[in-house]
Amino acid sequence: MTMNAISRSQIYVLDQDEALDFYVGKLGMEVNTDADLGFMRWLTVNLPGDPEREILLEKPGPPALDPATAEQVRELLTKGALGGYLFMTTDDARKTYEDLVGKGVEITDEPTERPYGIDFGIRDPFGNKIRIGQMFPRG
Amino acid sequence: MSRAVEESNRAMLRARDAMDRAYAQPLDIPALARIAHVSSAHFIRTYRATFGETPHRYLQRRRVERAMYLLTQTDRDVTDICFAVGFASLGTFSRTFHRIVGESPTAYRRGRAPADVPTCFARAWTRPSSFG
Repeated sequence: MTMNAISRSQIYVLDQDEALDFYVGKLGMEVNTDADLGFMRWLTVNLPGDPEREILLEKPGPPALDPATAEQVRELLTKGALGGYLFMTTDDARKTYEDLVGKGVEITDEPTERPYGIDFGIRDPFGNKIRIGQMFPRG
Repeated sequence: MSRAVEESNRAMLRARDAMDRAYAQPLDIPALARIAHVSSAHFIRTYRATFGETPHRYLQRRRVERAMYLLTQTDRDVTDICFAVGFASLGTFSRTFHRIVGESPTAYRRGRAPADVPTCFARAWTRPSSFG
């Protein structure tokens, strides 16, 4: 048995339409699947040209979570304490940074050169952490 | 009620992000409270209830953490680092650093080899010398 790809990751969002405004409208991602399954809205996005790697934008709530647990998830998310952490790469960190600043995206730290590359941090409208890096070749 | 808590959490998180991002700036409570759109007294109270420590204490820990980084990763002198991470006086910096880390900035620097070099080099070059 050999696993060969990470194809889908999941983060919680408080509002899926607002999530689309951010992930598609500001970060430039594409909607991969937007399906009403009845019990939930299955909503995934991917970076342009990379449909094999999707991020599921899941809204915490019943019936998957009881209302009290969903409230706890929402509270942790808005404190920035939930695990949701996305790492993305770019060809030009400083240019991407300027672009996102222009779009009013919340910056958590500015581009910094480190041994592994140049990276900076942003936050989505709900509290999830995102890092965007221009990585140096390894080796 | 819960939506109000979420909005409050996000406002406090925005202020904490500002401390992480702009720790070297002369951030004070009124400036942070403005970011969170609340009064100073309300900000201190709510921040503490949200994150378990006062905003002042958090900012000091962020500045000390950055100082620890600069002490081990650069050869800038202690006074330079003190101002670079946002402290206004060397006395406050030294006292705060010692309270949080348990030793002085100079002792902390002496006790740690810089990272990011091969271990064999660090061991060879940071070993206390008995000659010269």
